[in-house]
Amino acid sequence: MRRRPAPLVLRRQMINGLALGLAGFATLLGLVALIWILATIIVNGAAALGPQLFTRDTPPPGSMGGLRNALVGSAIMTGLGVLLGAPIGILAGTHLAEFGRASRFAETIRFINDILLSAPSIVTGLFVYQIVVQPSGHFSGFAGVLALALVLLPVVVRSTDETLRLVPISLREAALALGAPHWRMVLRVLYPAARTGMLTGVLLGIARISGETAPLLFTALNNQYFTFDPAQPMANMPVVIFQFALSPYEAWHALAWAGALLMTLFVLLLSVAARRLLRTGSA
Amino acid sequence: METAMSAREAAQAPPVPRIMMENLHFFYGETEALKNITLALPQCQATGMIGPSGCGKSTLLRVLNRMYDLYPGQRATGRVMMDGENIISPETDVNRLRSRIGMVFQKPTPFPMSVYENIAFGVRLHERLGRAAMDERVEWSLVRAALWDEVKDRLRGPATSLSGGQQQRLCIARSIAVRPEVILLDEPTSALDPISTLKIEELIDELKTDFTIAIVTHNMQQAARCTDQVAFFYLGELIEVGPTAQVFTTPRQRRTQEYITGRFG
Repeated sequence: MRRRPAPLVLRRQMINGLALGLAGFATLLGLVALIWILATIIVNGAAALGPQLFTRDTPPPGSMGGLRNALVGSAIMTGLGVLLGAPIGILAGTHLAEFGRASRFAETIRFINDILLSAPSIVTGLFVYQIVVQPSGHFSGFAGVLALALVLLPVVVRSTDETLRLVPISLREAALALGAPHWRMVLRVLYPAARTGMLTGVLLGIARISGETAPLLFTALNNQYFTFDPAQPMANMPVVIFQFALSPYEAWHALAWAGALLMTLFVLLLSVAARRLLRTGSA
Repeated sequence: METAMSAREAAQAPPVPRIMMENLHFFYGETEALKNITLALPQCQATGMIGPSGCGKSTLLRVLNRMYDLYPGQRATGRVMMDGENIISPETDVNRLRSRIGMVFQKPTPFPMSVYENIAFGVRLHERLGRAAMDERVEWSLVRAALWDEVKDRLRGPATSLSGGQQQRLCIARSIAVRPEVILLDEPTSALDPISTLKIEELIDELKTDFTIAIVTHNMQQAARCTDQVAFFYLGELIEVGPTAQVFTTPRQRRTQEYITGRFG
């Protein structure tokens, strides 16, 4: 074997070292920022944690309270938003991947969906404000649900479309070769094959909408009182955190930190669940 | 010489055709992939389709079960007769057709469900069976596919955890569970090891008693071992068809001889 000239080897090793160093530094920078944020939330949030968060409602200025109404409001609106947005998203994604594969119509929808995916969520909030809140004359949980569903929709469309298209053609042909109608092939073979990916898409969508503030600011707004009725304005975590954090009151600050911690934990939990699903699914 | 003689005798009394292709043409868009094919698949015999890659043999199988329907721009003209019905006419119900003409693909394609469900899936498309009858059908098809002994204790386990050879036999079991009349095999052993290949070849021999079989293969020994009739394709044309022994010993066409002796392709 011929040996390479030493200067060349040395140069490559130097470049390699430099590139590795830069990549490591960039990683470190990202991690430091992330840990800083997490640490701040944990330290400040943990101080305000307590059972009263779940048993008492948001207090008027100057008194003590909890986050019960906001937690319940967020749960209701996120839940209904998923119930509304996920099925439509899954159906639309199925259409794109299975029935409109190469059609111009599907390509157009896919393009618009991508725009919707990256559109600032405040636009969605304003849109729902225009078509629901203004005509009905008041803010409501239902308007919030609609806004959240609209934010969720493109996420689910995209993930459904992509995971379905990852299923090999041969599996489709095998099912059809047995004499299966197209819809049955989709339902009984493709969905099980793409199940984990689709579910992960929905979970990540939930994580996204549970933290959205802008769409709710213009729709559900907030409510100082406890309610199960989405026809009323509804308290919710993001808007409560937003308002309390900006207030001059010490007690409200503490609640905002506690809320931020709870939401971070929730999103973390969802992400872990989504990852575990993906892992068990691909095994 | 003697085998050639007996083969010629066999050719003189042609068996009943199960499927009869007449003047079949097939197009991928503008490209003509099959040119004026006239070929019979004799009842309860195995027909081997051989020829170099791109010669149209797999395309031919995909015409027989109308798989090409899935893809816009692909079309067939001519006649493919089965029981007095033209398979490729738009009036033919493809789902029913596919229940009569099953297909096994090059790579095993187990569905993401249990071994049992893989087989029950196809059966449920066409028949309503009670639990006991379904159990019976699953066992019957697995026995026929020479897989029963290996999977009888893991029927509820995922089909994807079977070995490649087992998966392919599962796919064969899945096809015969629907009780088709014809089975199309598209290079069914090209992704398998020699032992699994042998098992599947034995299986094909066994299945001929009940089913009409068409098998695409790149393996000359395989074609010689487990077919009764061989059709040689080249550039979309059917160059030669005849009893297997005759085609392999005394081919009538120079191209056939060159191909089977490995001089091209």
